[in-house]
Amino acid sequence: MDMNAKKKLGLKEKYALMTRNLGWETTYEPMDKVFPQMDYEGIRIHDWDKWEDPFRLTMDAYWKYQAEKEKKLYAIIDAYAQNNGHLNVTDARYINALKIFLSAVPSLEYNAHRGFARLGREMRGVGPQVACQMQAIDEIRHAQTQIHSLSNYNKFYNGFHDWKHMNDRVWYLSVPKSFFEDACTCGPFEFIIAIGFSFEYVLTNLVFMPFISGAAYNGDLGAMTFGFSAQSDEARHMTLGLEVIKFMLEQDPANLPIIQRWIDKWTWRGVRLLTIVAMLMDYMLPKRVMSWKEAWEVYFEENGMALFNDLARYGIKVPDCAALIKKEKDHISHQAWNAFYTAGMITNFHTWLPSEDEMNWLSSKYPDSFDKYYRPRFEYYRQREKEGKRFYNKTLPMLCQVCQIPMLFTEGDDPTLISYRQIEHKGDKYHFCSDHCQHIFEHEPEKYVEAWLPAHQIYQGNCFAEGADPTAPGFDPLKSVLDYWHLDFGRDNLDFEGSEDQKNFAAWRQQATTN
Amino acid sequence: MTIASIRPYGGTPKDTEDKFHGNRILYVGWDRHLMFYAPICFCIPPSMAFADFVAGPLAQAFGDHPQWAQIDWTKANWLRSNQPFSPDGAKSLHDNGLGHKEVLRLQTPDLQGIGGCAI
Repeated sequence: MDMNAKKKLGLKEKYALMTRNLGWETTYEPMDKVFPQMDYEGIRIHDWDKWEDPFRLTMDAYWKYQAEKEKKLYAIIDAYAQNNGHLNVTDARYINALKIFLSAVPSLEYNAHRGFARLGREMRGVGPQVACQMQAIDEIRHAQTQIHSLSNYNKFYNGFHDWKHMNDRVWYLSVPKSFFEDACTCGPFEFIIAIGFSFEYVLTNLVFMPFISGAAYNGDLGAMTFGFSAQSDEARHMTLGLEVIKFMLEQDPANLPIIQRWIDKWTWRGVRLLTIVAMLMDYMLPKRVMSWKEAWEVYFEENGMALFNDLARYGIKVPDCAALIKKEKDHISHQAWNAFYTAGMITNFHTWLPSEDEMNWLSSKYPDSFDKYYRPRFEYYRQREKEGKRFYNKTLPMLCQVCQIPMLFTEGDDPTLISYRQIEHKGDKYHFCSDHCQHIFEHEPEKYVEAWLPAHQIYQGNCFAEGADPTAPGFDPLKSVLDYWHLDFGRDNLDFEGSEDQKNFAAWRQQATTN
Repeated sequence: MTIASIRPYGGTPKDTEDKFHGNRILYVGWDRHLMFYAPICFCIPPSMAFADFVAGPLAQAFGDHPQWAQIDWTKANWLRSNQPFSPDGAKSLHDNGLGHKEVLRLQTPDLQGIGGCAI
């Protein structure tokens, strides 16, 4: 018997055969027709073979690594669930950070999956095609593992029950949702700059820090584990983001102004989106990792600047918005918590006032702003609570047409005045939270006039419970909107103090730790 | 500038006046009263008198603030689209020139929020 055993392929050969050689020049159809989305954004690519793979990973190796990670992750998730790990978190307030995470982030991951799957088809070069396909699979894995890890909390706590439904409807969740829909409706090159570079590369640490280190600091082994399982993928995504921008800049000098505009836009869009993360770091983690301001200084002002210095040789400049962000870093987390605390009637999580200790921590981290502007606000709210008049704002907020965040940001030089910007376009008025959101609108008004702004949609009558009749006597619009969101009044919303979550956590922890 | 798209794309505004069942959107912010985290979005019939709007929906929205009752309306100023504006209380919102998606800012120079802290 002739056992002509074949030699195993070396890594280099394997990579060549299983990545680069998967592509070919088409002959039945012209290449431009096979890849029809490569031209319309104005980006010029002359030679796709110049693409340097930042990681020479082949699909078979990819499956093997990911399968090993999954095995470990699910073993830990199981153990965590069986040991009632949720009772080991620092404090039941922490669980509200997870509610925000679940109702916002898996949908972002899923949309990232959709975006990269499209790029895996549309990118003309085989190197980026394969990299985008892998990232598409990573992203759907992240969505899935996040949902699985957090489903354990849904057995015990309120507000986790219908996150996908809420993601499409609840007022503040239009912020992350519209962010990613903006990216997914861009051309393929803008998408990859938006998500691969601006978000994954420039801003990703600012997302990871509060959620994953936050989970570790607060005893949440479940969330920490999916975070670490995702982190090794993120390292690959960051590398792809950087490679793609260098490749595009090296291909043609005409690409520079287009890419610069995208970086300006998506850095700003990303930072606006991170407002909620800033709030989470400063207010919602019982055991703090670092302040938002410190995180911003380390990850953007130091690391981010080093990156922009590196890109300066291609002509890339630091986005203009960096100057305003520098001024806002002392304020946004406090302004956001002020908003959610007072809007606590229409949130799918609980809110509360920071304790005296926590306020002292905030004073020490924000010596230039907290005592002057924000401590008096919280002290006033505390006084109202003592009088039995906990303040709930029952109105609908004015929203920015682009970022869709309520107009809660103040002027860069005066934190006591809301920043109003307005323009007229084809006879209609449009309002913005900042010059930067206004500029984004002005560049592509056709896109942003279509924004689905929750406050307006409610007034148009598009957000009432199924079968509700707004003309019926005694119709309660707020109740009907909450029903439409699937938000259970008195259980999912209102103050943490006195909530079912608070009582249950205390009772269960006592059961677990005493006789 | 125009949008980068594979085909011509016009964009259909989602919030034109005809979609609000005869009402108009009116935004109102009260300067230096940040207990109200953002300006408020109202949906109001344009035939409502300005004074009725202030005494009705606006008072309902802002009335929980202890300084609301202290406002001396002879000293209060209004801005419309960030420009000075002198409404006539007896006239309707429409006759005061308030179109759809107009933004008003109420300024009360004597009242700068609780403890003067813009609360």
